[in-house]
Amino acid sequence: MDTITEGFLQAFKLILHLNPDLIGIIVLSLKVSGLALLLATLIGIPLGGFLGLRRFPGHGLAVSSINTFMGLPPVVVGLFVYLLLSRRGPLGALGLLYTPSAMIIAQTILALPIVIALCRSAIVSVDPIIAQAARTLGATPRQVTTTIITEARYGILSAVIAAFGRVMAEVGSILIVGGNIAGYTRVMTTTIALETDKGNFELALALGIILLLISFGVNAALHLVQRKGALHAA
Amino acid sequence: MRLTLSHINKHYGGKEILRDCSYAFSDAGTYVLMGGNGCGKSTLLRIMALLEEPDSGTVAFLAGGKVLAPDPTIGERHLHEQHDKGSSLDAGRLLTPDLALRRRITLVLPRIGLFSTSVWKNVAYGLSLRGQKGVAADEKIARALAFVGLEKKRDQHALTLSSGESQRLGIARALALEPEILFLDEPTASIDEENTSIIESIIKTMKQEGRSMVIMTTHDRSQAERLADRLLLLTQGALQDVRQA
Repeated sequence: MDTITEGFLQAFKLILHLNPDLIGIIVLSLKVSGLALLLATLIGIPLGGFLGLRRFPGHGLAVSSINTFMGLPPVVVGLFVYLLLSRRGPLGALGLLYTPSAMIIAQTILALPIVIALCRSAIVSVDPIIAQAARTLGATPRQVTTTIITEARYGILSAVIAAFGRVMAEVGSILIVGGNIAGYTRVMTTTIALETDKGNFELALALGIILLLISFGVNAALHLVQRKGALHAA
Repeated sequence: MRLTLSHINKHYGGKEILRDCSYAFSDAGTYVLMGGNGCGKSTLLRIMALLEEPDSGTVAFLAGGKVLAPDPTIGERHLHEQHDKGSSLDAGRLLTPDLALRRRITLVLPRIGLFSTSVWKNVAYGLSLRGQKGVAADEKIARALAFVGLEKKRDQHALTLSSGESQRLGIARALALEPEILFLDEPTASIDEENTSIIESIIKTMKQEGRSMVIMTTHDRSQAERLADRLLLLTQGALQDVRQA
């Protein structure tokens, strides 16, 4: 019990004194997950839009596959990216293994199916009457598409927030491809795993508290967005 | 602008919906198309509003001595003008001839399909599609909202309006575009008596002010009698001119 109490006290001290190691790890975590989310958003929203707005041969299979990939185990993604980037892998020559770039690639792969699937879902849930109304008011096909995406904006934002929550809390893939190198690829989740293993609970607890706060912030934002969307759809 | 239908036929799943419908909508005023549920009124209206293709027959618009007609012989609709074939400029962009024609007419659907934004922005939507912004556009929006009695609700979220107000907003959204022909599909089908009366008076005022030719559908015989300059009946796919007021 004393260990836990002492651990929490030390953790709060680290947070309050803005410990440079702690700040460095938080900044790197936000940078890696933020860039992964940006990439997943830039690729995922157009793909989700395409799946939501167009029908093509194999459409059902594509939707089912994306929905399945939403539950990709992070360690499997880590293994896949490791094999791609390892010296003998097809992208080994790029020398990206054990770099933040490798972690960004792994997290992008994890976030992408979430963004695509939830965006598609948001777009298909827009009432088809909206497209008809847009056409009656003189919209071109492109303007109709823009209007549908605008109507789905709360759902799309929810998709992005949900993907951010997933990558921020993820440890398996970035541990494999990042290597947990201090000051270079060590992020919040991997530090928690390492420091717990070593019995250094102060830093682990401090990062755990920060991670919980971020997670709370993400969920609060998601709740607000969904509430606003529900209010407008009511 | 005048509108001529020639030998329009339409089938759905092997069932004949419209059979050899021909008519010339040539005078300003209100045309009311009557018929039972599922008789093809809405289909005919959508064909006239260029939102649906007939299986055969033509829809032609006449304006300024020119025939403007979508050409059914090519996949995508194109507009042929007798003397001036080509595209028109709208807010600096080239529009396909079909779109240019479609933007001179407007259909108000029975389910309005309001956008998830304010009342004002709903009315601004069609104008912004045409690149119309600024003071002139604001005046058109304000006029349209005042015309349907929604000027005090301009900042309210559109999805919080009652069904009658939503219907009026749908009409305002169309009126702001100053269409030469306004199509109204069952404008009072699902609203209360008070709003029905307001919408009927809006349609009457439009006629008095000579704003647009109005072509509307209804299944309410007494409403048709109250509003129609010309009453048309669609029975078993065929269009008949019942009376001139």
